[in-house]
Amino acid sequence: MRAEDEALIVACIPSLRRYARGLTGDRERADDLVQDTLERAWSRFSRWQRRGELRAWMFGIMHNQFIDSVRAQRRQPEIQADAELPEVAVRPSQADGLEVRDLDRCLLQLPPDLRAVILLVGVEEFSYREAALALDVPVGTVMSRLSRARERLGALLGARPAAVPTLHRVK
Amino acid sequence: MNDKTLHAVPGPGAPITEADLHAYVDGQLPEARAAEVAAFLDQHAEARARVQGWRDQNRRLREWLAPVADEPLPLRLPLAPPAVPRRWPALAAAVALAVCSAAAAWFVRGAVDGRPLQVAAAPDAAARVAGFAHRAAIAHAVYAADARRPVEIGADQEQALVTWLTKRLGAPVRAPTLAQAGYTLVGGRLLPGGQGPVAQFMYASAEGRRLTLYVTREAAGGKTAFQFAQEGPVRVFYWVDGRYGYALSGEVDRGELMRVSTEVYRQLDGPTG
Repeated sequence: MRAEDEALIVACIPSLRRYARGLTGDRERADDLVQDTLERAWSRFSRWQRRGELRAWMFGIMHNQFIDSVRAQRRQPEIQADAELPEVAVRPSQADGLEVRDLDRCLLQLPPDLRAVILLVGVEEFSYREAALALDVPVGTVMSRLSRARERLGALLGARPAAVPTLHRVK
Repeated sequence: MNDKTLHAVPGPGAPITEADLHAYVDGQLPEARAAEVAAFLDQHAEARARVQGWRDQNRRLREWLAPVADEPLPLRLPLAPPAVPRRWPALAAAVALAVCSAAAAWFVRGAVDGRPLQVAAAPDAAARVAGFAHRAAIAHAVYAADARRPVEIGADQEQALVTWLTKRLGAPVRAPTLAQAGYTLVGGRLLPGGQGPVAQFMYASAEGRRLTLYVTREAAGGKTAFQFAQEGPVRVFYWVDGRYGYALSGEVDRGELMRVSTEVYRQLDGPTG
């Protein structure tokens, strides 16, 4: 393996961690995801042909791992209840803490596929084409998911002026 | 995959679609089309409000997640391909020793006649001996290029940095003073190594050239001469001295690297070395 390729993979790690945190909303789960992704990336790198799109490839590995873990959780309802629906009764003391917590919760209420798109495009600044590569869907699907993600997130955020727990869960 | 949906750029004056508005927010429109969308937004308050809402979402998501990318990397993350499991018979040790001697000879020769020197590439044992030098070069490439956050703890908190690294490495470690050699300490970070954590100190010259000193315990035991390796543009001098392996990396010429390495060696060869 060439040193430059190794450096490129390592250089992805901070943004992979950020993306994983957004996807899972949980530090430990996020780093589990990053660890699995890296292990898979190292073992598959030599067989990987599409050089030059390394970031999309790495995020694609993470996406598949994430979707697998979501499916595994759906088979274990008690864990899902814990992980997918964050606790309601915590009352942070600061206003911006509240805002962040609110955003965090609303984001976690989006279906995983919508969450992925809004994070890739909005935070990681992927082009639509790059996001399509990572998620292995057509660009048109990225666009329609992005549109739905923004609409739902907007509704969730708007429907909840700070910490009034009258949310409707969108699944 | 159907990429045409995105790249079929509508001609001038084509109706503005919702997709245009999203691409406008995400900075993914060609300039001319973006100008058309901007003109459209001037006329349409409702679309303007939607676009503003999406921008706010992006901003809030970024602000929320930005700190994550600056956190120290958890040590359990694998930063390099897994080492191929090797047996490690006495023969390999003998080969390693031979390689070190050869490298030392090369080094001396290089120092004397100034000609380029390279470590003899004895396949297996050399790979093992050079393992941390390789990782040091990678870590240099990644963090020396990071303009925004090259270190976790800055030199203004040198004591805290040294205490933290000492605690995490489980043995006293310190940052040599390289002012005389023309480099000042920028700071340091902790990284996962082949076996346990390693420390990386970063130095910069007045012109902004960066050198990193990688300190690891994974090569502990014994003592080797300076060895030289190169990974792409990054040159590395490395050596093992008692408890630690050291690797000094930089995109500088060999003479410069050797000069600074000598100074590092001189300082760290003391009681704590």
